[in-house]
Amino acid sequence: MLLDRRLFLRSALLGSSSAVLLSRLSIPAFAQSLDSLKLFIPAAPGGGWDQTGRAMEYALKTANIVQNIQFEHVPGAGGAVGLPRFAGMRGQGNVLMVGGMVMVGALIANKAPVDLTQTTPIARLTGEFEVVVVPPQSSIKSMQELVAQFKQDPGKVSWAGGSAGGTDHILIGMIAQAVGVDPRKVNYVAYSGGGPAQAALLGGHVTAGVSGWGEFAEQIKAGKLRALAVSADKRIEGIDVPTLKEQGIDVELFNWRGVFAPPGIDDKQRQALLDLVDRMVKSDPWKQELQKRDWTSIYLSGEQFAQYIKSETDRITAILRNLGLAA
Amino acid sequence: METLAALLHGFEVAISPINLLWALVGVTLGTAVGVLPGLGPALTIALLLPITYKVDAIGAFILFAGIYYGAMYGGSTTSILLNTPGESATIITAIEGNRMARNGRGGAALATAAIGSFVAGSIGIIGLTFLAPVIVEFALRFGPAEYFALMVLAFVAVSAVLGNSTVRGLTSLFFGIFLGLIGVDLQTGQPRFTFGLLELLDGINVIVVAVGLFAVGETLFLAARHRYGQDEIIPVRGSIWMTAEDWKRSWKAWLRGAAIGFPIGAMPAGGAEVPTFLSYFVEKKLSPKPEEFGHGAIEGVAGPEAANNASATGVLVPMLTLGLPTSATAAIMLSAFQSYGINPGPLLLQNQPALVWGLIASLYIGNVMLLVLNLPLIGLWVRILAIPKPLLYGGILVFATIGTYGISQSVIDLVLLYLIGGVGYLMRRYDFPTAPAIIGMILGPLAEQEFRRAMQVSQGDPTVFLTHPLSATLLAIAVLVVAAPQVYRFYRRNRPPRD
Repeated sequence: MLLDRRLFLRSALLGSSSAVLLSRLSIPAFAQSLDSLKLFIPAAPGGGWDQTGRAMEYALKTANIVQNIQFEHVPGAGGAVGLPRFAGMRGQGNVLMVGGMVMVGALIANKAPVDLTQTTPIARLTGEFEVVVVPPQSSIKSMQELVAQFKQDPGKVSWAGGSAGGTDHILIGMIAQAVGVDPRKVNYVAYSGGGPAQAALLGGHVTAGVSGWGEFAEQIKAGKLRALAVSADKRIEGIDVPTLKEQGIDVELFNWRGVFAPPGIDDKQRQALLDLVDRMVKSDPWKQELQKRDWTSIYLSGEQFAQYIKSETDRITAILRNLGLAA
Repeated sequence: METLAALLHGFEVAISPINLLWALVGVTLGTAVGVLPGLGPALTIALLLPITYKVDAIGAFILFAGIYYGAMYGGSTTSILLNTPGESATIITAIEGNRMARNGRGGAALATAAIGSFVAGSIGIIGLTFLAPVIVEFALRFGPAEYFALMVLAFVAVSAVLGNSTVRGLTSLFFGIFLGLIGVDLQTGQPRFTFGLLELLDGINVIVVAVGLFAVGETLFLAARHRYGQDEIIPVRGSIWMTAEDWKRSWKAWLRGAAIGFPIGAMPAGGAEVPTFLSYFVEKKLSPKPEEFGHGAIEGVAGPEAANNASATGVLVPMLTLGLPTSATAAIMLSAFQSYGINPGPLLLQNQPALVWGLIASLYIGNVMLLVLNLPLIGLWVRILAIPKPLLYGGILVFATIGTYGISQSVIDLVLLYLIGGVGYLMRRYDFPTAPAIIGMILGPLAEQEFRRAMQVSQGDPTVFLTHPLSATLLAIAVLVVAAPQVYRFYRRNRPPRD
């Protein structure tokens, strides 16, 4: 095993040095390009942020923007373990961290010593809206009926979703607030992921469920789950489910993912990264990746994204406080 | 008939030279990562995800399935030989398996593990082929109350590993439950027992604890005693293969292990560890020689090993029929589906029959490959035991350290490994059994979460555990299993002697 690993490392090194050569050859056309880029993933390989990083790697390489890309994974506590390490990479202009909305919540709930405003936000890339479902055998046929039951006796409506304080829980808190139910009365049943939560729904063990659209999409298409509402801002093409807003619940939520640079980089470094991400987002390979993986592009970059991070941090802090999960 | 035709078509896909090669690479790599503690199949597959850009979907999934399967085989090897479980599902194997190895019967233990895995794997695959829709229907009926009852039943397994003193056994159990509760509570998002350390928020990895208690603790204990005792090298006694008696004692355990492992593996929250506990308990109860348990009983290896392999196949049932990922490895495999633009769901079988049946056929092939690969290796593996003890245990320490560091490249994990190793040494020194701690650590948090989910859904009404028929039945079995022997003994003692 050790030997395998060493061999693997060596071949990886060889591969990347030849990649450096290649990128040297192709660089002159774009003077501001980076020689190499490190993608810092504050989660384990295989998760959503890692997949975003892998898709970026593919797009950046295929579109000839950067050839030499390395990964560093520091998993733990929704990004709360990785972020302090990333914040320590002060002034390094060739590192990008992949993170997202889940991280905002995790940092607040875990009282992490650092937050995202201490990084240099570069761009929001993709987003996934959430969907509210009920089991197919449920007597509830519409969001109105679910809300009516919810208002009448909040405790009787059990909601399955991901871990407490995560995106799913936050959406339910927002719905409760919008329809005038005390968010603390929400009967939330946390599961460790979409799979077990789906199983609880398919078996009819809970009243309703909330998760990212991608997680439930196939069950909905197969008629195994009944979709009542999505948390998008407007109707999504090809998805025949009304938004919460259409049904009179003024709630909109995207589980977004984006990239951040370390703190303390200078304007030139920041501009180079902004350009790099901009070129990637406009490249064909990136568009293909989005389509293949069913991700919605909600690109927002630079100063606007920094503003967004601030307002998002405030918004989520308020909701977590209402749910009784943050001080 | 339709299933057979589809399966036959699957074999056509799986038997192409390139796919056979992927299966071989997968099972070999899987065996290797199974042997190394720490680096598990989920992480390995995650690290290999980028190959989805280069390899076609069927090839990639045959490779991934091979890794998944191979790891289950490989995990038992280090459990038996070095008392260092490579996977959490092979922790129970270490209890009897390592005893057997120390009695010079390491070869037989490895053989019953390998053949048992093959038998149970085959039963599991046949179950997956023909019974998947029925099994999944049954598995979905398990809600929080039913799972809690199942966990309670699994707790009776503790009674099989308590040792001589109930108080010491229970102390060990509660130490394990405490370790299991460290980290962010899923239901409330609040950290528990983390002492402000961010690294503890995700909890402690059970492999770190198992390796710490078993391998490091044992090594420290031996090192402390070394000067006083004679270093005895245990030669491999008799044939390294299984004797006729071994076969006789193993085959029923294999079948029972498979019967326990497959359905529990198919349950969305069943897991691979629970069936190994149950199987161990069942084997100890049914064995004609229960006194051998704790001293190297072959049934105690055969049953749990069969159970963990059958449960690994069981996990594929909800994944392939409903698109439900119910283990870390299954979740990673599903994310690989997505990078091909395939959306796994209830329609997967309809939309991608070649892929699904090719994958199932490759499991049959991979299973045979693993047996062929592992049996000849046994002769090589048992030679490890001929290494003089100081060198062997020094090696185990290095091996355990590297493996633990491999889990997350975290120094905190290494500190924990040695702290827990120190605790393991003390437990060994003062005769506390270590196995209950591991059972507590795995079952404690599962039981707690399911209990709270059940109470949450029922709005605090504890009768749910009795009003749900499945849950009531499981609880009744648990009570019966624990209480019946005591009542029987009491009754016999108080009965006037017949003359």
